[in-house]
Amino acid sequence: MTWARANSDRLVDLMLQHLWLSVVPVVVGFLLALPIGWWASRFARPRAVLLAAGGILYTLPSLPLLVIIPGLIGTSFLDPINVAIVLTLYALALFVRIVADAFAQVSAEVLDSATASGYSWWQRFGGVELPLAGPVLLAGVRVASVSTVSLVTVGALVGVSNLGSLFTEGFQRDFRTEITVGIVLVVILALVLDAVWVLLGRLLMPWTRLRGAG
Amino acid sequence: MIEYRSVGKTYDDGSPAVDDFSLVIPSHSTTVLVGSSGCGKTTLLRMVNRMVDPTHGQVLIDDVDIATRGPVELRRSIGYVMQQAGLLPHRRIVDNVATPLRLAGVPRREARERAMDALAKVGLGADLADKYPRQLSGGQQQRAGVARGLVADPNILLMDEPFGAVDPIVRADLQRQLQTLQHELGKTILFVTHDIEEAFLLGDQVVILRKGGVVAQAGSPAEILAAPADDFVRSFVGLDKGRRRLRIAELDGQRVVVDEHGRPAGVLDPTLDRT
Amino acid sequence: MSVFSEAFDWLSTSTNWHGPDGVPHRVLEHLGYTALTVVIASAIAIPLGLWIGHTGRLRGLAIAVTGALRALPTLGLLTLVVLWRGIGLTPPIAALVVLAIPPLLAGAYAGVESVDRRTVDAARGIGMTEWQVLTRVEVPLSLSLLLGGLRSAVLQVVATATVAAYIGLGGLGRYLLDGIAVRDYPQMLGGSLVVVVLALLLDGAFALLQRLSPT
Repeated sequence: MTWARANSDRLVDLMLQHLWLSVVPVVVGFLLALPIGWWASRFARPRAVLLAAGGILYTLPSLPLLVIIPGLIGTSFLDPINVAIVLTLYALALFVRIVADAFAQVSAEVLDSATASGYSWWQRFGGVELPLAGPVLLAGVRVASVSTVSLVTVGALVGVSNLGSLFTEGFQRDFRTEITVGIVLVVILALVLDAVWVLLGRLLMPWTRLRGAG
Repeated sequence: MIEYRSVGKTYDDGSPAVDDFSLVIPSHSTTVLVGSSGCGKTTLLRMVNRMVDPTHGQVLIDDVDIATRGPVELRRSIGYVMQQAGLLPHRRIVDNVATPLRLAGVPRREARERAMDALAKVGLGADLADKYPRQLSGGQQQRAGVARGLVADPNILLMDEPFGAVDPIVRADLQRQLQTLQHELGKTILFVTHDIEEAFLLGDQVVILRKGGVVAQAGSPAEILAAPADDFVRSFVGLDKGRRRLRIAELDGQRVVVDEHGRPAGVLDPTLDRT
Repeated sequence: MSVFSEAFDWLSTSTNWHGPDGVPHRVLEHLGYTALTVVIASAIAIPLGLWIGHTGRLRGLAIAVTGALRALPTLGLLTLVVLWRGIGLTPPIAALVVLAIPPLLAGAYAGVESVDRRTVDAARGIGMTEWQVLTRVEVPLSLSLLLGGLRSAVLQVVATATVAAYIGLGGLGRYLLDGIAVRDYPQMLGGSLVVVVLALLLDGAFALLQRLSPT
């Protein structure tokens, strides 16, 4: 505790860096997956191909990917962007499947009735499809967010500073407290971020607070 | 007035739903398309608001070919009530009912007021307005569906088996309510059902369909019962099973109407002759 | 793309294919850790998961624990365990086991839960004991999801064992971590490619196995 208090400035810095490296991939991955997943939910053939590709991408281990990406795109090996790209790829791989499932479970009758009421395509997408896919999308964002926060720490091995740096430092200095503080902060960050998504979901989807099927 | 001019529809998979169909649906009256599943009745209904575009032929509303009108704008001018109500599960009842008005650009407050009026008209209390669809019973959802169909005061109301998924008592209640509303509003209603009783109860004009949208007979319920066109119609309306063939029997000085098996169907009441 | 040709040069250098630091030896090491970890984790998680799925007990707890473990950073756990228990094989393997438990547990209980309750009822109805219901009906019918859990566990351990090179474990992660230390990018990249190929092969093998399973 004394150590944590003495180093609070540094810890806050690392936490912000960590937050940044977690949120950007989740948000970017989600936004990229939205049109791709929607497309996959409508057509069987792209669905099979995209889901298989996503599965393979998700299979690739993170540390080797962190080494390969700079070689592929020519960034510096120590650039934090590599971590952001790798984590965005994972999030994208995870989201494509979830987004496809989320849109596929929206009731065809409800969509039909919206069309019959005179919704244009965009009105129907924004006003009916997206909100009704919302609960499943939210569940996906929560899964991706938790695992991304945890995965960011691997970036410390290639020299990108974040809360994972406390693990490498603590290990080199044989200082357990530093590692423990790091673990606790990572878990707290994951929980806080999760709470933010849940809160956001409640605000955007008030009808899901009802008990019962939906 | 809605007019079908030899329309047909073949779906992408090659299956023909409707072959060659023509019909005139007079304004301010109820026309019921009735037939078994696969007779193309829903396809025909959905041609009126361009949910389905015919492969050939034309559909005209007040002598204008609807193919010349944008589907979205067209749908906003026509009320539509479907089976299972088709309410949006993430919108409150009042917002569901107000949807057609909001889409037409009516301000929120006014749309809400008119939606409340429409709910009252179909017999739903104001206490249900702020509930979500799944908090309502099937019958209540269906009423809300009718309210949404009527809220924008369209001239035409399309109803696709609207009462098919509710229990018989609620269905009878909804049918009565629709009759009352129609008496008051005089819409042009196109109604689809597989239930001949419902068709005879609600229809000014009843159109009995065979497979492929072939008209077996069209006319008022009385015309069809009095002179069924063929054995198919006779069987479809139940004239072959004796249920509809009634005779008068005397019982303790009362004149009772019985079917051909002798089961009573009602009494003969001379005071009704004047209506 | 010259970095890749350097990596391929590294991969085709024969000295990198012999001895305790050669690719075959490292691959075997890596597979050995993976197998050891997954066997231990399976022995714990699969019976537990089957029991949870069969009885429906502790289900909430299992979901909470697997969720919480997902938030736990791998690298933190590995470094802490080594500082606490010392270097050697046991501490890192123990940490890997902890991380491999959630997917196995989830695969087992979700698998049993996915079996149609009417089928289970019918099995009881014709006089099977609870044990027979589990072993003759629920396990065979949940094989596909069980294998799915095993598949994620294996792939996760392959990835995590790479990271574990940081705390002194052998295996393919050595190429990456030693390479980082001396800035030998071709070696890091070559090693990374080997790990990726290994992961893809294992994934493909499981995909095949799942396709062959009857459910």
